[in-house]
Amino acid sequence: MDLTFSDAHEAFRAEARAWLEAHVPTEPLASFDTAEGFEAHRRWERQMFEDRWSVVSWPVEFGGRDVGIFEWLVFEEEYYRARAPKRVSQNGIFLLAPTMLEFGTEAQKARFLPPMASGDAIWCQGWSEPDAGSDLAGIRSRASRNATGEGWVLNGQKTWASRGAFADWCFGIFRSDPEAERHRGLTYFLVAMDSPGVTVRPIPQIDGETGFAEIFFDNVEVPEDQVLGEVGAGWTVAMATAGSERGLSLRSPARYTEAADRLVHLYASHGRPPASADAVADAHMHAEAYKLHTYWTASRVVRGHSVGAEASCNKIFWSETDLAIHTAALDLLGPEAELLTGGAPGPWLDGYLFSLAGPIYAGTNEIQRNVVAERLLGLPRG
Amino acid sequence: MDFAFSEQQDELRKGVRTVLDTECSVDALRAFELADDAGRAARSANRWSVLAELGAPALVVPEAAGGLGLDDVDLVGVLEEAGRANLPEPLLETAALAAPTLAALLPDPVAAAALATLVEDDAMVAVGGVDVTAAGVTSPTEVTADGMLRTPRVVGTRGAELFLLACRDDESGWQLHAVPATSCTLRAQPTLGATRDLATVHWPLASDTLLAYGVAAEAAVALLADRAAAGTAALLVGLADRMLSMAAAYAKDRHQFGKPIGSFQAVKHHLADARVALEFARPATYRAAWSLATAQPSLSHDASMAKAMASDAAELAARLALQVHGAIGYTWECDLHLFMKRTWALSRAWGDAAAHRRLVLEHLLGRR
Repeated sequence: MDLTFSDAHEAFRAEARAWLEAHVPTEPLASFDTAEGFEAHRRWERQMFEDRWSVVSWPVEFGGRDVGIFEWLVFEEEYYRARAPKRVSQNGIFLLAPTMLEFGTEAQKARFLPPMASGDAIWCQGWSEPDAGSDLAGIRSRASRNATGEGWVLNGQKTWASRGAFADWCFGIFRSDPEAERHRGLTYFLVAMDSPGVTVRPIPQIDGETGFAEIFFDNVEVPEDQVLGEVGAGWTVAMATAGSERGLSLRSPARYTEAADRLVHLYASHGRPPASADAVADAHMHAEAYKLHTYWTASRVVRGHSVGAEASCNKIFWSETDLAIHTAALDLLGPEAELLTGGAPGPWLDGYLFSLAGPIYAGTNEIQRNVVAERLLGLPRG
Repeated sequence: MDFAFSEQQDELRKGVRTVLDTECSVDALRAFELADDAGRAARSANRWSVLAELGAPALVVPEAAGGLGLDDVDLVGVLEEAGRANLPEPLLETAALAAPTLAALLPDPVAAAALATLVEDDAMVAVGGVDVTAAGVTSPTEVTADGMLRTPRVVGTRGAELFLLACRDDESGWQLHAVPATSCTLRAQPTLGATRDLATVHWPLASDTLLAYGVAAEAAVALLADRAAAGTAALLVGLADRMLSMAAAYAKDRHQFGKPIGSFQAVKHHLADARVALEFARPATYRAAWSLATAQPSLSHDASMAKAMASDAAELAARLALQVHGAIGYTWECDLHLFMKRTWALSRAWGDAAAHRRLVLEHLLGRR
């Protein structure tokens, strides 16, 4: 057991820190849930890509540095330390990419990964439907063979697609065999958002910005080479994406340790009110425990183990930790918590609104608790 | 960076579990509970000799002093297994507190003699005179009218041949003593759980038992408190794991409304909550062991964080395991009470979660 980073890791940290200090915009970018902010964030992704910082853990040929999981964690620590912009590419680089590296053809990787790394192609996720949320296997959007039999036609409706209002591409699962059992007969598709027949209806989120979109598919033609994984194996492929979403790649611990550090400063600068002491201590401990747990999991991954249903423990813990950190911050701000600055929520209020979504997206925490009970504790399915 | 146990460490833990599955089975715990004091002492002596054969009490004692020369990372898995088994004997006190404290004071002759007793005579060691509160470390030891010292709530006294005891007064500060059992007078303090073993100890203040005083004693006591917090966290992680396993097994077995109760979401979610708390208390506990083994500057913070999180996780596991068991869990007929009672004691021993939370915060604010 060794909980120190090697000299090589520290050298990588220093390099990342130096680049970020030189390049992170001094003024925060406009929210990426606005048209203007979305493009500003795209330019930031492009800037990182040019110096090979956008996707450090990817193979070199696709724009990465081919570094290991601990270097990636070090990069993330530095990224949050530098208060760098939110990753507008996150659905692509953190969720689709690991899935594509596992299930994609060589041609798909060469075609889709470089523009994903550079911000030229920003992806959204087409999973939920009006009648299929927690019960994802209940999706009804259909994929049927086109007239030539060499491609597909998509019909149906997806919803709650984060960044769907502005995204270039969408990955989603569709029912390709209506006769098959619920979890079978699904296929994972990659769809250009400018395909004829795609209609986007932006949905304002709780903060008033167009963070969500509803996506309508009306006889959308999709070629065969935009199927990810086997036809009919969409559920398996989707669960790999979900594993990334709940497990290691979407929410790196630096996000929470950085917020917890800011919370401790907020507590100190607000006169250390005793009523907040426990919440502040817990926020710090839980963020740090999440970091330690990630190091623990990463050490297993390095040894060739896979992340199993423990990812559901992760998802419950990071989402509740995030909510607790931001709730404690609003409690410290007290009567000032509701105030807007420059017409918009400040960082704590904005972070609080975002943290409220955590227990809902990526599979509600209730579903995660079922997974923990059934797959880690062996309780019978209900 | 490699946050994992070695194969040897995994093997050691497995070996201890195998031994404790036999020596400290639920049947053995029940027999222990029903035995009188002499019977308990005899059972403890037997079990301790098995543990001593494994080298467990002297695990972290240097080889030159007759120990196994291993460290706190090796020991933490052993302590977790002791917690899981609800081991009544003072393994934490002897192996994780007294042994390294005495070894660090070598070649001091009092420490050397005490350590020889621990290593060569396979002595159990009781520890007392140190309390952990939100304000820091204090001593409950008092001077009595006859000039003797009285230390309440000394742990592991039955069968102990040696007592590691601390006292403090405002003038001369801390003192740490290794007192032979023959110099101590005990008055047992009965506890709710039979696997705890507390007594008030009357002992003479003598120069030939003195291990350290003043600044050196203060440092030794502070380190002892960190060791106790980290080690107790490991016991609690083991207890939480055990209670969670018991509750999950019961939820699969017990039927109501024609189904196993574990198929109901209300029950699932209780146990999932306990599982999540345990999942994240574990790495905090292992990190504290590593910080001890490598003398990290963050040790006190790390030990307090481990104790706070493990206390919370084990308390939650106890609470929810009882709820899932229902009325049977509230009885002596079910084994759960054995483990809950130990949990309630250990979650508060060496500082409860609230105290350690405050200590963590003090570290963050740079006040410690």
